[in-house]
Amino acid sequence: MTDIIIIGAGTAGLTSAIYALRAGKNVLVLEEKMYGGQIINTPDIENYPGFKNISGYEFATNLYNQAKELGMIYKNEKVLEIQEDSNGTKTVVTDKETYTAKAVIIASGAKNRPLGIDREQEFTGKGVSYCATCDGAFFRGRDVAVVGGGNTALEDSLFLSSYCNTVYVIHRRDEFRGDVREVEKLKAKDNVKLIMDSQVTDIIGEDMVSGIKVKNLKGGEEREIKVNGLFIAIGQMPDNERFKNLVDLDEKGYIIAGEDCRTSTAGIFAAGDCRTKNVRQLVTAAGDGAVAALAACSIS
Amino acid sequence: MAVITVNSDNFEQEVLKADKPVLVDFWADWCGPCKMLSPIVDEVAESSDNVKVCKVNVDNNQDLAFKYGVMSIPTLIVFKNGNVEKKSVGLISKDEIMELL
Ligand SMILES: Cc1cc2nc3c(=O)[nH]c(=O)nc-3n(C[C@H](O)[C@H](O)[C@H](O)COP(=O)(O)OP(=O)(O)OC[C@H]3O[C@@H](n4cnc5c(N)ncnc54)[C@H](O)[C@@H]3O)c2cc1C
Repeated sequence: MTDIIIIGAGTAGLTSAIYALRAGKNVLVLEEKMYGGQIINTPDIENYPGFKNISGYEFATNLYNQAKELGMIYKNEKVLEIQEDSNGTKTVVTDKETYTAKAVIIASGAKNRPLGIDREQEFTGKGVSYCATCDGAFFRGRDVAVVGGGNTALEDSLFLSSYCNTVYVIHRRDEFRGDVREVEKLKAKDNVKLIMDSQVTDIIGEDMVSGIKVKNLKGGEEREIKVNGLFIAIGQMPDNERFKNLVDLDEKGYIIAGEDCRTSTAGIFAAGDCRTKNVRQLVTAAGDGAVAALAACSIS
Repeated sequence: MAVITVNSDNFEQEVLKADKPVLVDFWADWCGPCKMLSPIVDEVAESSDNVKVCKVNVDNNQDLAFKYGVMSIPTLIVFKNGNVEKKSVGLISKDEIMELL
């Protein structure tokens, strides 16, 4: 049996691993994709204390190597569920194996929220993107659409307007949620067209995106716009349904846990973006990682 | 086999006219997931003799990226007899790459 199993190798999970390993525990980290989590695509992190500027890749790789050198066992497996025995032992079932542990730290983070329309998944990487800074350069000189009304959508639109021919910004309300100054900057751009009160209802294309259908929510009329790229920037969402047999979730799906990272089941902790909190950042994820790990150490 | 760096000039010779399946990794310096995929692609190259493994830097070869519809990186494309056989976008595991092949 492992002392502590950590689910997710983002900032929270890897920080937990470092603390638990330094406390002499044996630690198994299960990650469905690659280590690093959400930050991996970000070119510049400028608010992590102690680093004026570091790329997401470098930051995550440092964390991973630090944990690896301390003896972390790392497996590329997706966790499907957690079960609890009558004596409190936790069983973690993945797509490949089953493991047991005295304590479990869920650090499953958050993922990009999809629009939820037909063929969105099929076209991901073929015109549909969730990361303008990663994929924008491939749309040089072409027409694209950005969906969303928050700061990410506004920043993405500004970024894309310097590469692309025309940028359509589609938002379902009549006002943006994001920063007023960003909105003013966008309005001043000749190649940016704001389409308010509207929703993307369909993606058109054979192998790649060639257009979208946009519906006006007030009038109800629908029209087609030719674009090669559809950038979706409508925020993040948690992915914790598979754990709800043992941990309580709030209405949005975040694991209910306070600063002490304790969940509704003793011995299961939640760290990072996956738990209920106000500030979802690297530094708060790392903070949770330390708190959850030390709490898990005390019972394992 | 060693990984071959290809560009617009030698793409036809190295990839399209190859006598075995070719795995091409489209990548760039500024792309974190590409850097994570790169060593996995290297492993594939080392462990299998019946595929040729090539890498294309998309910043220096925008024409190739455009021609093969690369819209996000890393993108892996498997070519057979000069034709696109399979395409995969994003970071994947060695097992998944082997499945593509
Ligand atoms: C574009 C972008 C830019 C950002 N920029 C900044 C910034 O500059 N500064 C800052 O402080 N914060 C930034 N953030 C926020 C920051 O990335 C998050 O707060 C942080 O990544 C949270 O870390 P985490 O470990 O909780 O979760 P994540 O980073 O989401 O990691 C969770 C990990 O768990 C894995 N996982 C999930 N479910 C399972 C499962 N069932 N089985 C196995 N593995 C699983 C996932 O694959 C993932 O690797 C940014 C976020 C985004 C999206």
